[in-house]
Amino acid sequence: MALTNRSKTVTVRELTWSEKLYLPAIFKGMMITFSHMFKRTPTIKYPDVKREMAPVYRGQHVLKRDEAGAERCTACGLCAVACPAEAITMESAERKKGEESLYREEKYASIYEINMLRCIFCGLCEDACPKEAIFLTDRIVPSSFTRGEEVFGKDILVESQDTPVDVTKRQSPEVLEFKKNKSHYHNRTFKDAKPLVNKHH
Amino acid sequence: MAKVTIDGITIEVPDGTTILQAARMIGGDIVPPTMCYHSKLKTSGGYCRTCIVKVSKGSEKDPRPMPKPVASCRTTVMDGMEVQNLTSPDLLEARAGVVEFLLINHPLDCPVCDQAGECDLQNLAYENGKAGTRYEFPRREFERIDIGDKIQLHMNRCILCYRCVKTADQVTDGRVHGVINRGDVAEISTYIQNAVDNDFSGNVIDVCPVGALTDKTFRFKSRVWYTKPMDAHRNCTKCSGKVRLWYKGEEVLRVTGRRDQFGEVTEWICNECRFDKKKSSDWTIEGPAHIDSGSVISANHYESLKALKTDIERQRMALPHGQKVTLGHGALDPNNQ
Repeated sequence: MALTNRSKTVTVRELTWSEKLYLPAIFKGMMITFSHMFKRTPTIKYPDVKREMAPVYRGQHVLKRDEAGAERCTACGLCAVACPAEAITMESAERKKGEESLYREEKYASIYEINMLRCIFCGLCEDACPKEAIFLTDRIVPSSFTRGEEVFGKDILVESQDTPVDVTKRQSPEVLEFKKNKSHYHNRTFKDAKPLVNKHH
Repeated sequence: MAKVTIDGITIEVPDGTTILQAARMIGGDIVPPTMCYHSKLKTSGGYCRTCIVKVSKGSEKDPRPMPKPVASCRTTVMDGMEVQNLTSPDLLEARAGVVEFLLINHPLDCPVCDQAGECDLQNLAYENGKAGTRYEFPRREFERIDIGDKIQLHMNRCILCYRCVKTADQVTDGRVHGVINRGDVAEISTYIQNAVDNDFSGNVIDVCPVGALTDKTFRFKSRVWYTKPMDAHRNCTKCSGKVRLWYKGEEVLRVTGRRDQFGEVTEWICNECRFDKKKSSDWTIEGPAHIDSGSVISANHYESLKALKTDIERQRMALPHGQKVTLGHGALDPNNQ
């Protein structure tokens, strides 16, 4: 029983002599292949050539230092509590006297780990950070052979002092303007520290 | 007995009750926030002005409204008094002004402060304050000092609520710290770097509404919202031994007194319980402590729905007929229908 009225009866037709040679069909196919040699290729030769990234692409994280080279992160835990994938863990420690050039605040993260296998690159840690410490960058997270290598510690996340990561394109003009105002405590480094106004006794 | 109406809810209370206590008897959102008042401390209250309310009708005999907002912790009720708290936009504006004043010298160091997450001032500013500040002068800055080996004083954060002074006065024998100097230069201090050393001196940490007095044994160990509070007790010769343990994993990071729904310590605990007993084996665990669902500490901690339902039911009973109950803030807001 036919389910529709669109069915056709097909028969196997005897091939003609020229068709039996197969040569015209082969040449036709070769011509199509040959014509593609003159068309523009959509692929790029990564890693020699890199595709242009959006300025707000959310890739591998960076823990920033301030202008004086001190680590900005103060281990406040807001990124970890904001993280929907629970990828961030940290432990804090107290800054000792003489370490003002290393750590910005009196508390700092002694351990800071992001599990890149858990991370969904949503950028909520960046939004939650009150200290402009964590940013996502346009760098792609490298793949690895073991799971352990994908837990990034401070050795990978903290930017090096010689090659700082530029994140200004991720910040709005208002933020960049605000950062110029040194009267705000947020914008001061340890070099701008003034002696205390009130002293005990 | 006196009949008092707070935000449209009438309650009969004994004579001599303050407006704040009457509001707390009703409960819910209409309870004015407090910073310096502490129900377990005599003569506390009257300094911070956060608990101000508008008295729109003085009493049955003298129905004139009071000319200015009054501190509800210090004003006793009169028969027929009508009080406005959340229902008066003027008052909320005035309270925002009080918050702005309290924050004038308070540093923005919540990311560093151990009190963040359970800080009364943080909650107050979020719920009643404004985002910006108009103050352009430098804030007061002090070096932190150690009061004894277990307590640290960050004078920067202090709002001069006098709670710790009253605790030391009324709970310990022989207080050695107090408020020295006056006005803008007033500060909490001991005389000539004296150590506060007393069996109950640790209670000043619990009563501090900000992070000015903190536990040195807990300093920078963890953010409070990563710790799990458990109620526990032990046989203590000095105090009731009823405490709250703050766990991270298997480890007790901190021991504090238990707090009631208004954030006030219910029973004083001794320094031995607070600082020296930090093993699970020292304690008999009663169970997880109840944390308000609005608190960041309750993030990722799950409780039964039953408690939530009782809470809604209690709010519904307190409301006039026909008004809608919503959870969280603004439940009694007239614009929130």
